[in-house]
Amino acid sequence: MGSLFRSEEMTLCQLFLQSEAAYACVSELGELGLVQFRDLNPDVNAFQRKFVNEVRRCDEMERKLRYLEKEIKKDNIPVTDTGENPEAPQPREMIDLEATFEKLENELREVNMNAESLKRNFLELTEVKHILRKTQVFFDEAAQGSLVSYPQMADPSREEEQVQLLGEEGMRAGGQAALKLGFVAGVILRERIPAFERMLWRACRGNVFLRQAEIETPLEDPTTGDEVYKSVFIIFFQGDQLKTRVRKICEGFRASLYPCRETPADRREMAMSVMTRIEDLNTVLGQTQDHRHRVLVAAAKNIKSWFIKVRKIKAIYHTLNLFNLDVTQKCLIAECWVPVLDMEAIQLALRRGTERSGSSVPPILNRMDTFEDPPTYNRTNKFTKAFQALVDAYGVANYREVNPAPYAIITFPFLFAVMFGDLGHGLIMFLFALYMVLKEKPLQAKKTDNEIWNIFFGGRYCLLLMGVFSMYTGIIYNDVFSISLNIFGSHWRNDYGKQLLMTHKDLTIDPKDSYLSTPYPVGLDPIWQIASNKIVFLNAFKMKVSIILGVAQMLFGVVLSLWNYRYFNKKLDIYLIFIPQVIFLCFLFLYMVILMFIKWVTYEANAMDDALKPTCAPSILITFINMVLFKPADKVAGCDPYMYGGQAGLQKLLVVVALLCVPWMLLAKPLYIMRNQKKAHLLLNNHVNAVEENGGAAHADLESGVQNAPAAQPPAHKPGSHEEEDPTELFIHSGIHTIEYVLGSVSHTASYLRLWALSLAHAQLSEVLWQMVMRLGLQAEGWLGGIMVFVMFAFWAVLTVSILVLMEGLSAFLHTLRLHWVEFQSKFYSGTGYNFSPFSFEVILDQAANSNDD
Amino acid sequence: MGASLIPVIIFTLLWGVVGIVLPFIVPKGPNRGIFQLVLILTASTCWLFWLCCYMAQMNPLIGPKLSNRTLLLMSRAWDGKVPT
Repeated sequence: MGSLFRSEEMTLCQLFLQSEAAYACVSELGELGLVQFRDLNPDVNAFQRKFVNEVRRCDEMERKLRYLEKEIKKDNIPVTDTGENPEAPQPREMIDLEATFEKLENELREVNMNAESLKRNFLELTEVKHILRKTQVFFDEAAQGSLVSYPQMADPSREEEQVQLLGEEGMRAGGQAALKLGFVAGVILRERIPAFERMLWRACRGNVFLRQAEIETPLEDPTTGDEVYKSVFIIFFQGDQLKTRVRKICEGFRASLYPCRETPADRREMAMSVMTRIEDLNTVLGQTQDHRHRVLVAAAKNIKSWFIKVRKIKAIYHTLNLFNLDVTQKCLIAECWVPVLDMEAIQLALRRGTERSGSSVPPILNRMDTFEDPPTYNRTNKFTKAFQALVDAYGVANYREVNPAPYAIITFPFLFAVMFGDLGHGLIMFLFALYMVLKEKPLQAKKTDNEIWNIFFGGRYCLLLMGVFSMYTGIIYNDVFSISLNIFGSHWRNDYGKQLLMTHKDLTIDPKDSYLSTPYPVGLDPIWQIASNKIVFLNAFKMKVSIILGVAQMLFGVVLSLWNYRYFNKKLDIYLIFIPQVIFLCFLFLYMVILMFIKWVTYEANAMDDALKPTCAPSILITFINMVLFKPADKVAGCDPYMYGGQAGLQKLLVVVALLCVPWMLLAKPLYIMRNQKKAHLLLNNHVNAVEENGGAAHADLESGVQNAPAAQPPAHKPGSHEEEDPTELFIHSGIHTIEYVLGSVSHTASYLRLWALSLAHAQLSEVLWQMVMRLGLQAEGWLGGIMVFVMFAFWAVLTVSILVLMEGLSAFLHTLRLHWVEFQSKFYSGTGYNFSPFSFEVILDQAANSNDD
Repeated sequence: MGASLIPVIIFTLLWGVVGIVLPFIVPKGPNRGIFQLVLILTASTCWLFWLCCYMAQMNPLIGPKLSNRTLLLMSRAWDGKVPT
């Protein structure tokens, strides 16, 4: 049977699994993905369930795997994705897996730790290297400077250099007293230098001297791995007090201080030893990195399948936690929702699971009766999935309710196309969708995070149909990028002579003489495209078409509600809701549609009867308003105010009957139910009285409260029956529904005019674009014209795709969505069900993969 | 004025075949119902849309308003002569 018309028939089942076989069976069911388990211990919290230990172990394994994955990503090692889907391993294999991961993790951590300490060492040495190099530069500069300006002071004492370094000021100070200057050298982050300098100046009252030089190459921070820029500094000061102060400030600014020898010879020696140590460290570091790389490459080969295995095990234990333990502890009891059609497949999977686990007792699957609403399960394929998603976005259907999705497969693209109708734009959309459909497999394999692309790709079949229908409506509207095709030859001619044409600039062709008496066979006559009164004609046509399509779709929706009533066996609703609804809609709005067709057929330009001339054609809208207000039609001299004989009388009758439908919808059902309730109560009272009498006779000594017990339990405890409902609630309910329907019919009919509005906007926009852009390119002559066409075409093409196809397409899509959700589905769809969410490895793995990517 | 038989018959036949004949010869399978529904709905919506467009032009109440240059060109291109 057409599977999509209603959701699948579901049944609640009880499943008895032997403890040993449970794991294997659940694993098989997870591969199948057709069973939704119910939580049988909702009051037990997550930490007190049976398999909480196993779940925790899986979590731990997953954490280790994530750590591994992070390290692999850090080193840019490609992860091989073979696409294989390993089965969930046996529970005993879990220990092996755990051991493997444990070993890998420890190895990696050790390697990382080693590498970090080595790197720290390396950093320190490099910093020392830089200090030695830079300070040497300071000292050298100073020596040269002093040699030039104070040659007589060049005296080979030990303080010499420092004095030289301090320059003139130092000289002055040196002249006053025998100075012994101390100094510290270190390395600090470059951005901290200004604050550091200010702090030193303030804390030491200007009594220290700071020189600094930038280290050009960035250094790697071993803890974070970031590249940081640092500067070397050297501070001179006098006395121990200042020394402690300077040291404290350095500490506060996280500057690393290094010992620096005072004589040039010592410094040179130190530099040599530092260089050799750096060399050694480099080789060791390289070896460590090599080892780490080898470990990670080996892990990268398996990590995907490990992830799948661990996630499967975890999912199985999570599911087992939902089960109930039998008193004997020998078997697990599960309750699950199952599609009736798939019972066989599930039985088979269970048998496979039992065989795999080597258990001798087969699992038992029992169907159960329940009053609960089963979940809604619509079996979709890649084609119907997008349409089902559009419907589900509004609300999931109730169980076994008529599903609007199969109807939307055509009506959705069609209504979209009415708004988007243009052969050229439709073709662009069609080709784009066709590309996605043909390249489906490779595109699907290439998973991307691009949300917009994923939306387009998910709705590729919807887009394909939208494109095809837009091309069809484009042919009917005779629009190709706002240009008309004259395939069959226009059915209008020019009958004006030269004389007249010379004296008048604009002329209206009279349909009486210049029209070939039959219309252009397919779509609009191309002459309208170049007529200046095109909009007047198009508006009349498009508005009428909108209303015709709208009334047709709404009627269709109401008819679908009949299917619901019949399926759920609500005879009452057919007579008390469905019939008045149909009458109301037909007598008012379908009648208006019929008037439109009558107007198209009867009034013509060269009619024999004067009353049927174009000037006499009445406006349908005014006629309809007058009809509802019971006003006589407006009179025009020489015309018949009515379109056909007896119109006035028929219209009055139609309106009166339609209005009578309102109280019918409003009152009939609650009154009927109330009457039935009264009858039931009467019966019940009689029954209770009879019981009381009998009881009174039989057990005269009993308390009266005991005898009243049957009366306290109303027999109407069947769920789903409305006999317990409060009458006022019934009235409110039916009042809301009636008002919604009656006002809705009016406003929804008007709402379909958006078809006209959007299609007008689309046609006008594309025409403006053609005239303002493309025509400019076509008008220029000579070689300039070639360039102009080239430039203007590029401009026009970009705007066409971005504005007319993408933006207009989006807006038409949203309006179509609204028309389906509000105007169409409100007639029959309640959409308050919940989705069937089976236990399926595929879904779980997909979710895990997606959350991992984020 | 009015309809000309040939386009009406051709179009009605075309969509009639799609909407009425094809649904009977859809191959059996789990999606047969969907295929039938798709064909029927396609045919009825497309036919209705074409019909509305055709009927709206059957008896035009107004004529197109054109510039004299366009009218002259129309006469030359489609009739080969300008009426006097």
